[in-house]
Amino acid sequence: MKCHYRIQNFEEIKAEDLTEIIRGFKTEKYRLCQICASNIEGDTELIYSFDLDHELFNIKATVRNGGGMESITGIYQPASIYESEIHDLFGIEFTGSRPNRGGKFFVLSKPTPWLPENEGGE
Amino acid sequence: MGKRTVIPFGPQHPILPEPVHLDLVIEDEKVIEAVPSIGFIHRGLEKLAEVREYPELVYVIERICGICSFGHGLGYVTAVEGLMGVEVPERADYLRTMWHELSRIHSHMLWLGLTADALGFESLFMHTWKVRERILNMFDLTTGGRVIHSVCKVGGVRRDVEEEMLDRIVSEVRETRKETRKLTDVFLRDTSVKSRLCGVGILSKEDAEELCAVGPVARASGVYQDMRLNGMCKYGELGFEPVIGEGGDCYARCKVRISELNQSFDIVEKTASVMPDGPVEVQVRGPLQAGEFMMRLEQPRGEALYYVRGNGTRYLERMRVRTPTNMNLPSMVRMLQGCDLADVPVIILTIDPCISCTER
Repeated sequence: MKCHYRIQNFEEIKAEDLTEIIRGFKTEKYRLCQICASNIEGDTELIYSFDLDHELFNIKATVRNGGGMESITGIYQPASIYESEIHDLFGIEFTGSRPNRGGKFFVLSKPTPWLPENEGGE
Repeated sequence: MGKRTVIPFGPQHPILPEPVHLDLVIEDEKVIEAVPSIGFIHRGLEKLAEVREYPELVYVIERICGICSFGHGLGYVTAVEGLMGVEVPERADYLRTMWHELSRIHSHMLWLGLTADALGFESLFMHTWKVRERILNMFDLTTGGRVIHSVCKVGGVRRDVEEEMLDRIVSEVRETRKETRKLTDVFLRDTSVKSRLCGVGILSKEDAEELCAVGPVARASGVYQDMRLNGMCKYGELGFEPVIGEGGDCYARCKVRISELNQSFDIVEKTASVMPDGPVEVQVRGPLQAGEFMMRLEQPRGEALYYVRGNGTRYLERMRVRTPTNMNLPSMVRMLQGCDLADVPVIILTIDPCISCTER
């Protein structure tokens, strides 16, 4: 049995190339595993993870904090779960997201709590 | 065309052990659309991870969920070990495999009990949970905890299991298998149970692939996918092959979980019989290496993903957990489209939703 879990594939891409690259993943029958957002020095890094035959491939794109990114829900419908989560917690706007839950996926007492300027207790 | 109505389902509902909300758009008695929302118990544990030193973080991660507790601890320590390039001793890996499968057994039995309860079959529910107690007792005896085990650590496991205890585990597993067979026969053959499960909440293989379903939900629809094939723990050495079902309805999901129960009994017995001697941990000291590591494991509910990023200190810069229920929500929404309102609770249960995991 191949030790797939030890293989780490990370590739950085430009945000504007995202949908074209992800369309390629879809054509080759990759499965979307998740989208992860992280705050890195004033920017938000998005990691899109895909599986093919139990091997994981990750691509990274960076946007400014609270900025916008093209939605991939037109390519991978389940991405709406992650895009809604990232929108509600990190404040990233996904253009063309379907369904657009309008910030109501997470029931939060204050908006975008994980956007750096909103972090900290009250 | 009937009149359309929106019925709010949850967050508090007799069928839901944990809170999730669905807006059910119905036409007469048929569900046209289901719109989920979560966040009622979001705990922000991923943020908490940034202010706890990595060795103690395992206690936080295990508390993501009381059912998949062992798996979360295992996923986290394996990710940190990957980041730091740590190789754990063979015996520790076998012990982790054994506990992980015991965890799957008690999780699947919990699910069977909840399903029996949802069907109104209370005696079946109580018997199933009574049998499950044997497994929880084994956890108690070997780790010191029934629910939260705190036995995984970066570098191995905190406790060894003596030979006499391994024999006792095998004996208990054999008894549990015997008792489980009587119960699972009811799930698979009883007319009233079958009438509630067969042909209900169908998820085709194409839909399961399109919606990126994971775990027993995907496998019951015929998708060949199980993260125990990715080389972690000792599944390769034990000749593991996933259970793949067909049909994609509630009955198929039930059948896959029952087959997995039997498979887990086999794995525990095999693991105990080939357990090598040796140490159960290596010392891991110092700060985390700068870098990142992403790994996945097969929780009882399906693929879970753990991402860690170190920056040369003892604190993680980012820790991310993506749990199986998160990934199965779109599939659940698809299953609900076109179903009878009365079948909604059973369909929701057959994805084995864990909102505690989803709300990490």
